[in-house]
Amino acid sequence: MIPELGHYALVLALALGLIQSVAPIFGAKTHDAALMRLASSTALMQFLMVALSFGALVTCYVTSDFSVRTVFENSHSMMPLIYKFTSVWGNHEGSMLLWVLILSLFGAFVAAFGTNLPATLKAHVLAVQSWIAVAFYLFILLTSNPFLRLPQAPIEGRDLNPILQDLGLAIHPPLLYLGYVGFSISFSFAIAALIEGRIDAAWARWVRPWTLMAWMALTVGIAMGSYWAYYTLGWGGFWFWDPVENASLMPWLAGTALLHSAVVMEKRNALKIWTILLAILTFSLSLIGTFLVRSGVLTSVHSFANDPTRGVFILGILVLFIGGGLSLFAWRATMLKQGGLFAPISREGALVFNNLFLTTACLTVFVGTLYPLALEALTGSKISVGGPFFNLTFGPLFVALMFAMPFGPLLAWKRGDLLGVAQRLMVAFAVGLVAIAATFAIKGGASVLAPFGVGLAFYVMMGAVVDLVERTGLMRLPMTAVRARSFGLPRSAWGTAVAHFGIAVSMLGIISAGTWGSELIVAVSPGQTLSLSGYDLTFDGIVERTGPNYTAQVAKFTVREGGVTIGVMEPSKRNFSARATSTNEAALMARGAGQLYLSLGDANDNGTIAVRLYYKPLVLFIWLGAVIMMFGGALSLSDRRLRVGAPRPAAKSALQPAE
Amino acid sequence: MRRLALIAVLFALVGPAASLAVEPDEMLKDPKLEARARHLSEELRCMVCQNQSIDDSAAPLARDLRLLVRERLTKGDSDSEVLNYLVARYGEFVLLKPRLELQNLLLWGLPPFALVAGMIALYMTARRRPAAGGEPPALSPDEQKKLATLVGPPTP
Repeated sequence: MIPELGHYALVLALALGLIQSVAPIFGAKTHDAALMRLASSTALMQFLMVALSFGALVTCYVTSDFSVRTVFENSHSMMPLIYKFTSVWGNHEGSMLLWVLILSLFGAFVAAFGTNLPATLKAHVLAVQSWIAVAFYLFILLTSNPFLRLPQAPIEGRDLNPILQDLGLAIHPPLLYLGYVGFSISFSFAIAALIEGRIDAAWARWVRPWTLMAWMALTVGIAMGSYWAYYTLGWGGFWFWDPVENASLMPWLAGTALLHSAVVMEKRNALKIWTILLAILTFSLSLIGTFLVRSGVLTSVHSFANDPTRGVFILGILVLFIGGGLSLFAWRATMLKQGGLFAPISREGALVFNNLFLTTACLTVFVGTLYPLALEALTGSKISVGGPFFNLTFGPLFVALMFAMPFGPLLAWKRGDLLGVAQRLMVAFAVGLVAIAATFAIKGGASVLAPFGVGLAFYVMMGAVVDLVERTGLMRLPMTAVRARSFGLPRSAWGTAVAHFGIAVSMLGIISAGTWGSELIVAVSPGQTLSLSGYDLTFDGIVERTGPNYTAQVAKFTVREGGVTIGVMEPSKRNFSARATSTNEAALMARGAGQLYLSLGDANDNGTIAVRLYYKPLVLFIWLGAVIMMFGGALSLSDRRLRVGAPRPAAKSALQPAE
Repeated sequence: MRRLALIAVLFALVGPAASLAVEPDEMLKDPKLEARARHLSEELRCMVCQNQSIDDSAAPLARDLRLLVRERLTKGDSDSEVLNYLVARYGEFVLLKPRLELQNLLLWGLPPFALVAGMIALYMTARRRPAAGGEPPALSPDEQKKLATLVGPPTP
């Protein structure tokens, strides 16, 4: 009964979506306020229906109803409750339902919180949002129905893929989808603006919080995926330039560009057409990401379910929305008037520089990801594009971006003074140079590039500090004035500095862990001691343990630093009987921001076991930086300007003091 | 920065217990040679895996390739000779960084081209439009006429 209810609720959502796709637009055309208002009600109802549907599916999984096919294929009655829950989206059908759940959630948000939007804009935005929703409801109902029943209910499920039985599955996909799908709002706003043929600074102010929210989720989502891969895969890599990872990086790059260009549009009423285009492109890249992962064209193991008919369907959605969006753009964009002139050396100019480099970086990833596919389809010749390619092409672009980053916030709007800013950044330059020299002194010149990278990271961090010091008047003004200015400073200015600081922290972690990490690959026998980077690990032997749905061989290592025992590391191998597969669980031990990383290999006949031991200095900075970036985004989001929203109608604000 | 990105796939789903990639018994005695072997391994693809370098892959083929690389190195091959040897045997597919060849022209060329084209486009727009604070462009005769009718002396 429950699966049927879930199925039915989804069909109802589709019906509501169809109404919402048409009625509000018609209402906007005929100035029918009731029809336009209808969109808000249907958007809220859509969310309710999809939430019911999702809740029904969750119930099926949690109660282990194996008469439902996807539950049978992806769950097991012995699994811990948390994995029963997360396995809802640990498969194709369920993850698409999560996708539309988040989509309808954002639609409901616009309906509920967009009270100060002009009626026609809101109607158009919700209609466009509903077009996307309808396409994906149809996709689920026609090709990927998670509620299909089996003729006979099996007694036991096939278990969730052991690799997915991890907390990572609880965090990574929902955050990633929040990011992907969040950009649909920017897309809907862009399309609505094109339909209306009108766009102004207020538009950017409405779009920015949504973009910011999506960007924050995507930032942490990517970082958590990276951390998950890092501790799961057993060799301590954290970014692999895998097509699926690239699929999430592309919307992030475009979304970051969008965030910055929207600032220019909001403050200076410039870059309108470009911002609209970026909004369309960012969501297009999210769709392409979904397509790449879901269709299986990459034959990457990420696409745990791949089916050509689904691929063709998603390709259809892709063509419809990207093609449609870009066509509409080509047709209507010229109607949008450009405003706000600025000199090349200015805050606007810096943000344009940011956009140029971010979009080029995005294009690099795009070409690198899709070129092998295109080449093979066209000529049949197979090539591989991997890390060494991206390091060589993506790397320099990012270095240029990082170098320019501290200049942006310090430049004045309209016309800036490059020399003046360079002088104010002297401290940052100095700190960077000292960092380079210190790194060379401590680590030697084995890697020439890395110390310069460290210097660059320190320069960016210091640049963010300089920005805040300048704005708050620290060291120039008396403390009371500094306090007042700190509180008076827009939160978005704090957010910018914090986020810029965060990316430098990530960069520091990447360089440090990648360059100065040490590793030891050996076969050990019980009683033997391994020494690496000042740590001594004694292998105490292997013990057997039983988990809820697996058995594990756990290797115990006692860790000492300078003769003092600091803990035990227990890398293990888990055998899952339901799928007859096993996973390798690495053991991690944080030492400051660095980590000891130990993973098991094969046991040999002579009683020894192969192990890989790494010490990765500052590796935690990689993900910490992403969290700092998200925190910066949150600060910016809490800015009064965005919280209060766009200017309200004059009648309401007449009594309020002028800002 | 060289090891910034090891290539691999997120999940090695099928297959028996994930064992280690580089095994202790494969490694060369000479640390310098071994370092070169590791460096080369990172640029070579394990052809039966999903986007993994032979340095990361636990597949038997990857092991064979790693041993082959080490064999060539101990025979005194230079790095590029080893790569050439492998390309001759397995094709371009084995390289994770495609060579600069005609068929890869777009791959290598498009990003720098986009960057330069973007810069030129920006330069052109900046030149076409006067910078902020500059003199606004003179009114066209049409606009002047319009202005005259708007602010000119009232016509009787």
